[in-house]
Amino acid sequence: MINASIMTFNILNILPILVLAGFGMIVLVTDVLSSRKWVNRNILAYISLIGIIIAAVLTRSSTGTTLFSFNESFVTDNYSLFFNFIFLLCAGLTILISHNYIKREDINYGEYYALILFSTIGMMLMASGADLLNIYIGLEVMSISIYILTGFKRSKLISNEASLKYFLLGAFATGFLLYGISLTYGTTGAINLKQIASFIAEKGGMSDPLMVIGMGLLIVGLGFKVASVPFHAWVPDVYEGAPTPVTAFMSVGPKAAGFAAFLRIFLTAFGSSHLEWQKIIYILAILTMTLGNVSALSQTNIKRMLAYSSIAHAGYLLIALVSANDMGVSATLFYVLAYIFMNIGAFAIIIVLSRKGDECIQINDYAGLGFKHPLLAIAMTLFMLSMAGVPPMAGFVGKFYIFSAAIKSGYIGLAIIAVINSVISVYYYLRITVIMYMKEPAREFVPLTISPLMVAAIVISVVGTLQLGIFPSKVMEIAQRSILMMR
Amino acid sequence: MLNLVGLILLFPLIGAAINGLLGKRLKKDTVGYIACGAIGLSFFIAILVFCGLVLLPPEARLFEKQLFNWIESGSFKAAAGLQVDPLSSLMILVVTGVGFLIHIYSIGYMHEDKGYHRYFCYLNLFTFSMLLLVLGNNFLLMFIGWEAVGLCSYLLIGFWFEKKSASDAAKKAFIVNRVGDFGFALGIMLIFLTFHTIDFTEVFHAASEGGFAVGNFTITIITLLLFMGATGKSAQIPLYTWLPDAMEGPTPVSALIHAATMVTAGVYMIARCNVLYMLSPFTMTVVAGIGAVTALFAASIGLVQNDIKRVLAYSTISQLGYMFLACGVGAFSAGVFHLMTHAFFKALLFLGSGSVIHALSGEQDMRKMGGLKQHIPVTYKTFLIGTVAIAGIPPFAGFFSKDEILLESLVHGNFVYWSIAALAAFFTAFYMFRLLFMTFHGKSRVDHHVMEHLHESPKNMTMPLMILAGLSFCGGFLGLPGASAIDSFLSPVFGGHGHAEISMSGAAVHQSEGHPYLMMVISTAIAVAGIGLAYQMYVKKPELPQKLAGQYRLIYKILLNKYYIDEIYNALFVNSVKKGSLLLWKRVDAMMIDGSVNGVARLVGWFGNILRYLQTGYVRNYAFYIVLGCIFIMALAAFGR
Repeated sequence: MINASIMTFNILNILPILVLAGFGMIVLVTDVLSSRKWVNRNILAYISLIGIIIAAVLTRSSTGTTLFSFNESFVTDNYSLFFNFIFLLCAGLTILISHNYIKREDINYGEYYALILFSTIGMMLMASGADLLNIYIGLEVMSISIYILTGFKRSKLISNEASLKYFLLGAFATGFLLYGISLTYGTTGAINLKQIASFIAEKGGMSDPLMVIGMGLLIVGLGFKVASVPFHAWVPDVYEGAPTPVTAFMSVGPKAAGFAAFLRIFLTAFGSSHLEWQKIIYILAILTMTLGNVSALSQTNIKRMLAYSSIAHAGYLLIALVSANDMGVSATLFYVLAYIFMNIGAFAIIIVLSRKGDECIQINDYAGLGFKHPLLAIAMTLFMLSMAGVPPMAGFVGKFYIFSAAIKSGYIGLAIIAVINSVISVYYYLRITVIMYMKEPAREFVPLTISPLMVAAIVISVVGTLQLGIFPSKVMEIAQRSILMMR
Repeated sequence: MLNLVGLILLFPLIGAAINGLLGKRLKKDTVGYIACGAIGLSFFIAILVFCGLVLLPPEARLFEKQLFNWIESGSFKAAAGLQVDPLSSLMILVVTGVGFLIHIYSIGYMHEDKGYHRYFCYLNLFTFSMLLLVLGNNFLLMFIGWEAVGLCSYLLIGFWFEKKSASDAAKKAFIVNRVGDFGFALGIMLIFLTFHTIDFTEVFHAASEGGFAVGNFTITIITLLLFMGATGKSAQIPLYTWLPDAMEGPTPVSALIHAATMVTAGVYMIARCNVLYMLSPFTMTVVAGIGAVTALFAASIGLVQNDIKRVLAYSTISQLGYMFLACGVGAFSAGVFHLMTHAFFKALLFLGSGSVIHALSGEQDMRKMGGLKQHIPVTYKTFLIGTVAIAGIPPFAGFFSKDEILLESLVHGNFVYWSIAALAAFFTAFYMFRLLFMTFHGKSRVDHHVMEHLHESPKNMTMPLMILAGLSFCGGFLGLPGASAIDSFLSPVFGGHGHAEISMSGAAVHQSEGHPYLMMVISTAIAVAGIGLAYQMYVKKPELPQKLAGQYRLIYKILLNKYYIDEIYNALFVNSVKKGSLLLWKRVDAMMIDGSVNGVARLVGWFGNILRYLQTGYVRNYAFYIVLGCIFIMALAAFGR
């Protein structure tokens, strides 16, 4: 048997990605067939789900090994596999909550599912990228798909505007990222993360100012993707304009992918010179948390509120990056997973309550929900409490791990600021709950029709939120194992 | 078979979930079947587990089942695991067995109540929590069960929460328990600090092998803190005051929670931690002392109470005192034995009193009873058996267990313990027969309206009574002196020191060890004397109690008012805390904290509004922010070095 890590071309390592790509194609072809009425368009969602499940099974089967392929530009390790799981879960849940929505909004085109799959491929590439170029390609594949998805409600002006804004700013930010990559390459002579690391180690630090500038530009580019302040301004507008399931998708997936790349680049390539970047991220983390939470307070539109809340969560995750220790990395993995459940769950509830042409996204629209639809209200309360960080929900445990990582690295001040931020966030999360239970309904609730797929999505989210909150150690163990092989 | 242990917990939990979530839509019968079925299945599995354990050789009778890793944070580890050993297997049998009977009884007793499903949901939840407490294999899990039974107790005492007295009693129980639980929690933390683990097996192993000298200071503090928890949950001095008030709950609840199971949790905990307690003679003295004093103190209050349930409540406190006395002199197995027999006869007595109350349409005052013997014969006969059992007449269950405690308190304790315990035994026999005579004998003092509705309880209430009566009769044979099955069964848990030598007043006492039969005669004589006195006063000369009360007015009033302990506590703690809280609320909270919090909130809100202006919606502005951010990062990277 040939040692797999020596082989430069190993197709098996990217099998999950290939499977997803293949299923994306199948979806497109089936879509064409369905336009001739040869097949029912409803099966597209199921085809995509099958693709995702197969990819997940394949991902599962390769855990426990570290394999490099494609000239050491692509790595399959537990870290990337954990993230791949997260992406697949995110894509799967998104498809579950999309199915009825896109039918109702008359945007039931096959590309929708294909784009979600392609975007997931991009994320997986990012998490598995062992060199800067591969990460960049992944990022572009992911982003371009999402630009299109954002504008998927072609007839709606707000959707088009969001898409264009996202695209323009995204392109702008990508410019910074590419510039950063080229400066790094120029100064170190390598794009491979390990080679960059060994170059820096040889030089005994970041001697070249250009290298530091390159690193700063990388922070800008990735900071845009994870919605860190001050590169966050697109977030509320784009989240509001995009179709709600897409908002759910992009508030979680790209953010997770961004952090996957962020952590890998900065802990592998720039790991030895962490003092250089820690102070930058430190300030970004504080700004991001604080601005996200404070802005969320005064929102009246729930999608915008969740947009700012997602900025705040990015801030918490940046803390884990600042800590730059093993616990920080495993805490990130845990937190992102928790965030998927609670955030997509919350968006699922929003979708359930909306109707065609009436998005029902003002916070006041939720008044009295607790009496009309008690189960939905309980689920929503659960997600809100989890995001606010109340035990025994997943969000609490995630925050707990992140803050302890910060304290372990000696960033006690940062942990305190994070806790204060957490307290501020309780206000706007609980406001939803209060309005649901303590206010008279401002409007009529029409009888809801919830598809089985939607029920599945909500149930999975609820179970995930509780499971991670009450029995966190199993997942945490896996997360801890995921980082062992990263270095 | 031992592997099934998880199911014991699962069934009541499922039952509680079904009745809690769907109970409103289910038929009453279904609710009852689900609840009883859940406990019944659980009882069945408990028997299987017990058999599985007995089939093992005695030294191998310890089975741990790890369910999952629950919390792991740094060096702190808490696994969720269950532990079956002789002690816990005995406890689960008592909890599920007696619990099952009380569930069945409740079907009849609660039938007219509109909170039927809520009641059974709580009751199942309680059983689950109690089983968790007993089966948990570490302190944290035990603590969770401990808190959960407290919650269920709160919910069930305040079951008729429309009644102010009921909701007050519930609050009192909860708050008083909080004091004890605080100590328990501190104790667990100290255990973790000392042993770096909270797993029972590891802690006890470390304690016995870890070179802790007898009288080690840390261990003494730990055991005292744990005992503080026990005084709360098991209603010992000084935290016993909640239990009499807890009688506001439905009577089957009093039987299950406030007599047979929950209140014995403290005894169970101390028996479980016997290794730690054996290392601290000082704590043992405290435990024995408090147990003995409580036994006498509560019994003396019980002498003059007129509410049938309150007499039983004080009797429970007093009997719990015996158990602690046993533990305190190192006779853990005697304590557990008495726990078991007490569960039988006290559950029987409570259910019997419930049957009386049921028959009298809710009357609880014994002065308005009397002569019920002929009207409710089954209740009377079973109640009589229970009364004889608690009074300590051979060969009923209470005799053997109480006699063992008396003996141990003399052999391993001293004469003071014994005489207090013996006096309390005399009181016990007296007040129990006083209760019996006042309720069932003599002339009827029942209101004639009530008299018309007088009826024997339905089958589903009398059946549990008869079974419990059977157990109260023969339960004691498990602990025959000299050939005690229960002693030898429990001996692996209590190591060699089921009767360890921590005797404080040496050799002189040991002489009496050779006369267990003499002791039996003495304790029987004490019981008979108590019964005789009660017979004289309440059957022969019913006018005598009045006269005595008049003659010894002061003592009578003090006893009737329960030594004014509630009033003293109110004056000392409740009122001063109230005053302090009021001050904190008005001055500190409303002005300083609220003021600053609201100020901060306003500031943050204002800030948030300012930030909205940054969100112009123009791409060019957003791009500008990115450039600004980039410059900022560059500056930071360049100058921050």
